[in-house]
Amino acid sequence: MAFAYAPAPESRAVVDLAPSYGLFIDGEFAEGAGGELRKTVSPATEEVLAEYTQATADDVDRAVRAARKAFGTWSALPGAERAKYLFRIARIIQERSRELAVLETLDNGKPIRESRDADLPLVAAHFFYYAGWADKLDHAGYGADPRPLGVAGQVIPWNFPLLMLAWKIAPALATGNTVVLKPAETTPLSALFFADICRQAGLPKGVVNILTGDGTTGAALVAHPDVNKIAFTGSTEVGKAIARTVAGTDKRVTLELGGKAANIVYDDAPLDQAVEGIVNGIFFNQGHVCCAGSRLLVQESVAEELLASLKRRMGTLRVGDPLDKNTDIGAVNSAEQLARITALADAGEAEGAERWAPACELPTTGYWFAPTLFTGVTQAHRIAREEIFGPVLSVLTFRTPAEAVEKANNTPYGLSAGIWTEKGSRMLWTASKLRAGIVWSNTFNKFDPASPFGGYKESGYGREGGRHGLAAYLAGAEGPTSERGARDGERDR
Amino acid sequence: MPITVPAYGKEAAGRLASMADMTADDGALRRFLHGLPGVDAVGLQARAATLGTRSIKTTAKAYAIDLAISMIDLTTLEGADTPGKVRALCAKALLPDPTDRTAPRVAAVCVYPDMVATAKEALGGSGIQVASVATAFPAGRVALPVKLADTRDAVAAGADEIDMVIDRGAFLSGRYMAVFEEIKAVKEACVRAGGTSQSETGGGSAAHLKVIFETGELQTYDNVRRASWLAMLAGADFIKTSTGKVAVNATPPVTLLMLEAVRDFHESTGVQVGVKPAGGIRTTKDAVKYLVMVNETLGERWLTADWFRFGASSLLNDLLMQRQKLSTGRYSGPDYVTVD
Repeated sequence: MAFAYAPAPESRAVVDLAPSYGLFIDGEFAEGAGGELRKTVSPATEEVLAEYTQATADDVDRAVRAARKAFGTWSALPGAERAKYLFRIARIIQERSRELAVLETLDNGKPIRESRDADLPLVAAHFFYYAGWADKLDHAGYGADPRPLGVAGQVIPWNFPLLMLAWKIAPALATGNTVVLKPAETTPLSALFFADICRQAGLPKGVVNILTGDGTTGAALVAHPDVNKIAFTGSTEVGKAIARTVAGTDKRVTLELGGKAANIVYDDAPLDQAVEGIVNGIFFNQGHVCCAGSRLLVQESVAEELLASLKRRMGTLRVGDPLDKNTDIGAVNSAEQLARITALADAGEAEGAERWAPACELPTTGYWFAPTLFTGVTQAHRIAREEIFGPVLSVLTFRTPAEAVEKANNTPYGLSAGIWTEKGSRMLWTASKLRAGIVWSNTFNKFDPASPFGGYKESGYGREGGRHGLAAYLAGAEGPTSERGARDGERDR
Repeated sequence: MPITVPAYGKEAAGRLASMADMTADDGALRRFLHGLPGVDAVGLQARAATLGTRSIKTTAKAYAIDLAISMIDLTTLEGADTPGKVRALCAKALLPDPTDRTAPRVAAVCVYPDMVATAKEALGGSGIQVASVATAFPAGRVALPVKLADTRDAVAAGADEIDMVIDRGAFLSGRYMAVFEEIKAVKEACVRAGGTSQSETGGGSAAHLKVIFETGELQTYDNVRRASWLAMLAGADFIKTSTGKVAVNATPPVTLLMLEAVRDFHESTGVQVGVKPAGGIRTTKDAVKYLVMVNETLGERWLTADWFRFGASSLLNDLLMQRQKLSTGRYSGPDYVTVD
């Protein structure tokens, strides 16, 4: 008898879902002005989890006015007082982490192992981290008594719903701003549960407002004249539209967009750990990660050995029920995303790259895509240039470090990169040449609230996390001029 | 990939001979060992920790518990060991749970060389192996002839398996060839008088050789990978982490690394080598984590007592208590298992 792991499902009973949800405005759940409800489904089963409200332009206006009203008192609070609320929110998140992890897995499709061991601990850590900054802003390097911007309009994606919420809300609140946040249309639930946490923490009314809805809600929020700051994480296409919308206004913008990260494996890399890093880089969260290591650049002299190891390792990945504690790869978030992944993978095949996937049985309902590898990929292939945002790895080879860097940088994006080598000097040289906001060495997809995150080129601008993340929410801390200067400097490298 | 042959089988020698270039002289051996890919400690530990989060429940847990029991080298290695103590341990090995005769037997009883005859007599023809530590266990700080005499003595007394220690001093000072030659010599000494060193059956005329690295003294993961290849090239049937006599014994990352080395060695030579973590594994939960590592690194072929062992003494009772809980639904506690 083989060692077959029996099903080990996490219980859904910890999550108490209402049949439908309103909008969270001025500390209360309220019905939307338009009365339109939408459904959110579990991507693993296509089961309808709950209905939520499609916010209209009127709702956006109500929420922005509530946030504006709250801004005066909230920004006047001493930092230490704001910190108390943030610490309280962080602790409640920890206390409710199992519930939130199950909820996130239900709505998003990601494995419970990841929502439990990665998302939720990082969410709490982010609130703890920025709670610590709230009374120390004088010492953050942005001058004495730096001032908040006002009302922040924040639009977040579906890949890490609660974590992206934390990245947006924690620094905004710590610096004294108030927020109107719109979660993604396929994953609204954890943001609505967060609204409940704000009430539980006694956060003053209007400091955090949550509006659910599709892209039209986000567009209305971005265009609202009384919003001082736009923070967006999502696709480059929408990011460009936002930049066009706010052009000519005095709104501050940070954009965290797409990526096509190179994961460079030199021939002296710790190969077993590199394989783990490649797997973690592209298959973490079904590859729905903007900083995913979607282009593997491997030195030709170890390519054969590394690919054999990688294929063997991919054969052990467990694809299936996201609530099962032993699942490594869950469901693709939506039918739309599955169609996009499928189309790009088919294009890879059509353009002549060699497709490989381990034998794995996919569930019959829900949205699924097997972990997939393409070899024989060149820089000209679409799968080497376009962001797939799915569990699809493109493998390219290189001969010399200079060629590795050239290929790695040959992309419109510049969010993240990975370097695998046991040689410190080579690692540092490569890192200094890569045009990417985050460079990991001998690891990948490693996140920490103290570490700034953000991109170059079409991957966006501005940084989230760390001391740098405060600048995006402080007046005079990071104007467009200084930003352009930084990017000019980058071009000289 | 070459066809799989067991490390103790007669074909293994031929496979090792094909690697002779790497062990031709001190320089070649050093270049080979230092040319192995490095180990990133953070990544290795993270992988072991992730595998440790596997949730093994119900039928899978029942399977894992019985498998773990059947893989135990039930061990007593104390200065205070007496024939009575060893006989009691052997009785436990034969019948781990007197209240439930469906509980499997352990793989082996592991003792000092002077207790081999006692253990052999107590276990009779039960099929439970007698393993003996040798080569001046645990420090190994004697001359080679003494180590070989120690080994021959245990083999002559009937030991089915020999657990030798490597010369950590030689290894850490870079004298790899000395360690290599010593393992080869001990392997020769495992041959029972009148037998051959490459018997085909488990209970044949040569004792199987387990090579202990004392990974707590080798310290770095790079050293553990080198020691693993060194021992396998020299003919080890099993590679084993620790003596249980130092501060740091078997850990999941070290064991994972050794499993990976065994996997790579098997892939290049076809020779199948076993792995034995020893020391510090006391709970069912720990044991199951090790089995998960074996399952997801080496696969089913290694999930038998022929190729994976636990060197442990207190682990057995915890496995039995968990086994009782699974079958009865109640946890009866330590008074319902025997203390031997």
